[in-house]
Amino acid sequence: MAQIKSPEELEKIRQEVSTQRDPNRPCISICAGSSCLASGAGEVIAAFKAEIEKQGLKADVDTKAAGCPGLCEKAPIVVIYPQKICYVQVTPEDVPEIISQTVVGKKVIERLIYTDPNTGEKAAHEDEIPFFQKQMRLLIGDNMKIDPKSIEDYMAAGGYSALNKVMRDMSAEQVIEEVSKADLRGRSGSGFPAGFKWESCRKSKGDNTKYVICNCHEGDPGAFADRRLLEANPHLIVEGMIIGSYAIGACEAYIFVGDEFPQTVENARLAIEQAEKYGLLGKDILGSGFDLTMEVCIDGGGYVLGESTALMASMEGRIGEPRMKYDHGTDRGLWAKPTVLNNLQTWANVPLIINQGADSFAAIGTEKSKGTRIFSLSGKIKNTGMVEVPMGMTLREVIFDIGGGIPGDKKFKALQVGGPMGGFIPENLLDLHVDFEELNAAGLAMGPGLVVADEDTCIVDMVIYHLNFLANESCGKCTPCREGLKQMLRILNNITEGKGKESDIELLELISEVQQDAALCALGQGASGPLLSTLKHFRDEYEAHIKEKRCPGGVCKALIETLSETSA
Amino acid sequence: MDDSKIDLIIDKHHAEESALIKVLLDIQDEYGWLSPKALKRVSEKLEVPLARVQQTATFYKAFSLAPKGRHTIHVCNGTSCHLRGAQRVLDKVQELTGIKPGETDPDLKFRLEAVNCLGQCALGPVMEVDGKIYGKMSPKKAAEPLKKYE
Ligand SMILES: Cc1cc2nc3c(=O)[nH]c(=O)nc-3n(C[C@H](O)[C@H](O)[C@H](O)COP(=O)(O)O)c2cc1C
Ligand code: FES
Repeated sequence: MAQIKSPEELEKIRQEVSTQRDPNRPCISICAGSSCLASGAGEVIAAFKAEIEKQGLKADVDTKAAGCPGLCEKAPIVVIYPQKICYVQVTPEDVPEIISQTVVGKKVIERLIYTDPNTGEKAAHEDEIPFFQKQMRLLIGDNMKIDPKSIEDYMAAGGYSALNKVMRDMSAEQVIEEVSKADLRGRSGSGFPAGFKWESCRKSKGDNTKYVICNCHEGDPGAFADRRLLEANPHLIVEGMIIGSYAIGACEAYIFVGDEFPQTVENARLAIEQAEKYGLLGKDILGSGFDLTMEVCIDGGGYVLGESTALMASMEGRIGEPRMKYDHGTDRGLWAKPTVLNNLQTWANVPLIINQGADSFAAIGTEKSKGTRIFSLSGKIKNTGMVEVPMGMTLREVIFDIGGGIPGDKKFKALQVGGPMGGFIPENLLDLHVDFEELNAAGLAMGPGLVVADEDTCIVDMVIYHLNFLANESCGKCTPCREGLKQMLRILNNITEGKGKESDIELLELISEVQQDAALCALGQGASGPLLSTLKHFRDEYEAHIKEKRCPGGVCKALIETLSETSA
Repeated sequence: MDDSKIDLIIDKHHAEESALIKVLLDIQDEYGWLSPKALKRVSEKLEVPLARVQQTATFYKAFSLAPKGRHTIHVCNGTSCHLRGAQRVLDKVQELTGIKPGETDPDLKFRLEAVNCLGQCALGPVMEVDGKIYGKMSPKKAAEPLKKYE
């Protein structure tokens, strides 16, 4: 692979890669995302390769280990091109039949196609499956066509055309202007305007050495969208970060990610290596005079490391404790140099904005929240997976129309939005829209994970779960966070053990108030999110525990035992 | 323990103070844990006070100050797995192995950790042993996979 020296050369290579591929040539794409691999996709891939060899079809049929399309519930997923026939829960035993019936015989195997869990309707093609159909998959729609380990696949799907456009036609200022005009906002949930952040950093007088960081820490205990996206299409992030670094004037870029996800780390590292080999990273990128290095930085684990100052401290080799923010990161960030830190999904949107233009991006969504949002859906939901929806969709549509609702005959109880510092909402609030302002006003945050709880859930137990999590993660430096969480947990544990007092709720509210006002960092300030939202929306559950010594979800052991003793 | 690799790892990172976490991560990858001897060596070669090396090693979740055991069990206690009964699975695994999260058994066979979302929520509750995923766990089903490991 030769180093590319100019935008024209890159365009030529992109064209070559695309024309070498015959769109009508049969290709069996098997999801090799970590969910599918855990469900046996590795064996399925091997079986396809062996069977193709056995039937003498090697010259006519390709196989591809592709990136996750998001339907993890039905793993392993297989899509057969060019017909786009989608098979779900495929096993190695199904493989010979798929080859002879579908690839050679062009017939659909009814047994293997998707059946809608609610209507029983069957759908044979990728674009007919309601789960996909109801999404707006601008960022993840091509995942099944791309082997995350192949830069050529990414190019054939249109990848690096945005970088090309930027290097050929755009000044740094123009890139920032475009991102500002698109109104791209921070996907960590912050909603902070990315263009504004980039511009402050570009203009910072602090230093000429500037850094760019992608936050893929995703410490939320119940979310996996950011990591899955990086795993599925790492070049999308690399491209977004190269463009951003050019606009900001950064010379080094880092992807910050946990090492508990070896496949994510491996794919990201490989993507960087491939981009270096092609000359898309390194010195004098595409002959523009712009230099950039990129590196994956492994975090040492811990929720608080996702917070900007803790993250930077940890990258500097220090203890990852948050600091008071006296300066903006865009002036004094990593190693005290001007730094832009954006969430992984923020970076993912950059190539799209450049390719389609700010106006078409800003045409999607609500007045103040533009574009799409990628969530992981999990908990008690039929279609667990990764979904991409336009801003402005209601949470009800996401959970019921795309997610398929609750398994079994169980009733919906609560939706957790925004992770451990977000909150829980009941059914009547599901008509809230995916929109930064609307979710914030409801005491929620736009985190990457949506987790559904059904009627068998005890709300008090879920709050204890989250406060325990935060208490373990708290650095312990400030008293309101350290002691506040401990006392809240003591009171809540008493409540679940049948020792609750009526004054407890008031006391919990008081502690939360102090914590919000006086904690040092955002972790402590936000720690009461789950508690306050549930005291507001599920107060009756607390009261049932306290007054009736009853656990409505049937979870709290002590209360179930007392109940059976009294009724016996 | 053969600790010749410690120096190699430190040199790979040019014995730079700012590489402290990277050095510790690599040593941990190589040996499975951070021995007192390793911490001392890192402190000397990076010219960082031993107290700071220890502070770092205890702050980050990725580091273990006790030998890791031949096999590592991760029981996912992420939000989704928790909702699907992960706590009962974790209780059962504790009973089966006789250790709590963060501990290694005396025979150095298993180390147990309770972890956050493994991205396998569709299969929850999930248990992972040495990187292999065991899905749809229940207290009853937890014993079987563990028998495979020696
Ligand atoms: C306790 C805590 C944890 C956080 N964890 C993450 C995280 O895992 N990922 C992330 O992108 N941002 C996280 N953030 C927000 C970051 O500090 C920062 O605002 C964000 O990465 C900026 O990206 P954005 O402007 O693109 O949204 C966290 C903040 C706090 C207070
Ligand atoms: S919560 Fe256990 S795998 Fe996601």
